[in-house]
Amino acid sequence: MSSKAQRQPVAITFLVIGVLAIWMILAAFPFLWTLWGSFKVEGDFFSKANWANALTGKLTVSETGARVTGDGYYGAWVQEKFWLAAWNSVIVCFFVVTISLTLGTLGGYALARSTYRYAFWFLLSALIFRAMPPITLVSGYLPVFFQWNLWGHTATTIIVLVAINQPFTLWMLHSFFKNIPAELDESAMVDGCTRFQAFRNVIIPVMWPGVITTGLFSFLLAYNDFAVTTMLLSRENQTMIPKVASFLGTTQTKGNVMFAVSAVVSVTAPLLLMVLFFQRQIVGGLTAGAVKG
Amino acid sequence: MKHKSFFWFVLPSALAMLLFIFFPIVSVLVQSVHVDHEQVIKTVETCDLFGCKESTTVDQNATAALRAEHPLGQFAGFKTYTDRNHLAIDEFGENWTRSNSWRDFGAQMLNLPFYKAISFTLVFTFVVTPLVIVLGFVVAVAVNSAVKAIRGPLIFFSLLPMIITPLVGALILFWMVDARGVVGAALQYLAGDPDLSVKASTPLMWIMLMVYGVWHSTPFAFIVYYAGLQSVNQDTLEAARVDGANRWLQIRHVIIPHLLPLTTFIALMQLMDNFRVFEPIVSFSAEAHATSLSWAIFNDLGGETRQLSSAAATSVLTIIGVAILLSPVLVRTWREFDRK
Repeated sequence: MSSKAQRQPVAITFLVIGVLAIWMILAAFPFLWTLWGSFKVEGDFFSKANWANALTGKLTVSETGARVTGDGYYGAWVQEKFWLAAWNSVIVCFFVVTISLTLGTLGGYALARSTYRYAFWFLLSALIFRAMPPITLVSGYLPVFFQWNLWGHTATTIIVLVAINQPFTLWMLHSFFKNIPAELDESAMVDGCTRFQAFRNVIIPVMWPGVITTGLFSFLLAYNDFAVTTMLLSRENQTMIPKVASFLGTTQTKGNVMFAVSAVVSVTAPLLLMVLFFQRQIVGGLTAGAVKG
Repeated sequence: MKHKSFFWFVLPSALAMLLFIFFPIVSVLVQSVHVDHEQVIKTVETCDLFGCKESTTVDQNATAALRAEHPLGQFAGFKTYTDRNHLAIDEFGENWTRSNSWRDFGAQMLNLPFYKAISFTLVFTFVVTPLVIVLGFVVAVAVNSAVKAIRGPLIFFSLLPMIITPLVGALILFWMVDARGVVGAALQYLAGDPDLSVKASTPLMWIMLMVYGVWHSTPFAFIVYYAGLQSVNQDTLEAARVDGANRWLQIRHVIIPHLLPLTTFIALMQLMDNFRVFEPIVSFSAEAHATSLSWAIFNDLGGETRQLSSAAATSVLTIIGVAILLSPVLVRTWREFDRK
């Protein structure tokens, strides 16, 4: 590749550098800006006088005496109980990921191994279900959940998120299992295993790379969801994203936008770490569906 | 795989989808043709020294009993669909006959909630999707020609806008374009107008929402194309070079045809995801200027008065929209499968 890079004309090199520089600024700058600004006071983050105040922290120095302040974080995490929302998010994400992977591996394995026509129809209907906007489904849940007193509980939301997650999980795991040679489990069955024993003893030990990748995306769906969690969870069971949205309604009047800003940074941090550690798996997962058709 | 073992393997997953995706769709259909019960009115005669008077009050017990007996409400047929908040058949006809130009007609239609929502949803979907495909391709080609050592960090930063929670990502951009934020200040400077505010202008708000949409989805197209570029046949590329194809011709005749199947995939995913645009409208508090179908449902469901029937009708119309969007793909998949 380097030999090709040397051959390319200067103009194209500059064009490439230009495109990359602009794209990097677009992709990374908003995050850095907000991270930096979250340690300032509101008057600096939204500066009427001069936008550069957000960098120098002029008002932060005069209001708090230091160049940086953790007031926003204190207000959000302690005063407004963001820790509770964070804990709720941990619970929801943990259960959504475990349950959807359990259901998904079983279903995905069967879909990959079945040669009958109905397996194709099953996958196709999963694709249609994948296209349904979650909020349309929520408007189907609400009357029933109110009727049966299921509304507001964490368990209900977990099951709903698992179900909404299933079409995607099935598609992804189905394409991973297709790549595991069928001879592997078939030979185990020739040796006298039942289908489930073959799955347990032969497939489970080799399926982890695919399961981890799928798990990352299940986690993202549960973690990032707003439509379902905001409509189905009661106030004390709220996860982080609806909590951030509720800050917007109440704190703008109180002049505590910085609570929302620090909450936003707190929500972003785990995602950044996730990309940092699992970049290869995420890239692999995104392309798995496309490249293999 | 035997029928029986297939059945037991997919059962849990099928049950979850049946209960929480298929049944809600049915529930939405049923709910949309029902409306709330009217309150039961009873006439009470009260007599005093000056004679008897008849007065009407709401019979709370009877209303509650009726609601408990028929929780769905009363059957209303397509009344919810044709009312002002949805297809607005009457208003449509009235506007049609009254307005004297297309411009006027369009402006009148945008005052109707459903048409306001669907026009933004469609414009968003069909502007953002092609832009995402083009920009994703450009970034992928650029990253692919960068030195290997810096590609890892480049991909890391490129992934951020897509991985970020939509609500949170939109908020971050929104705070920056605020009139007191860094981008907002830059825009005011560039436009030479110190009062310029994205929040106050409908066209600017539409553009900003679409900018967010492109920002959020470009990484997805980029990653898929980037992976596709790794599998371009180097021999074909070499042959094209020997035949005297310049860089542009190589891209045009070797790389683009190779990536075409991926484009179908990206377009399908993007059409589905952009059609449900929702979170940025909440983050930008854009509802005065732009609403989407998902936002309209959300708005009906939230608040003090939960308008379940209205939300259900919008949901059904949204599902019909999704079906229309998906139909070319489904027909094609079905034909391909039939040929096998």
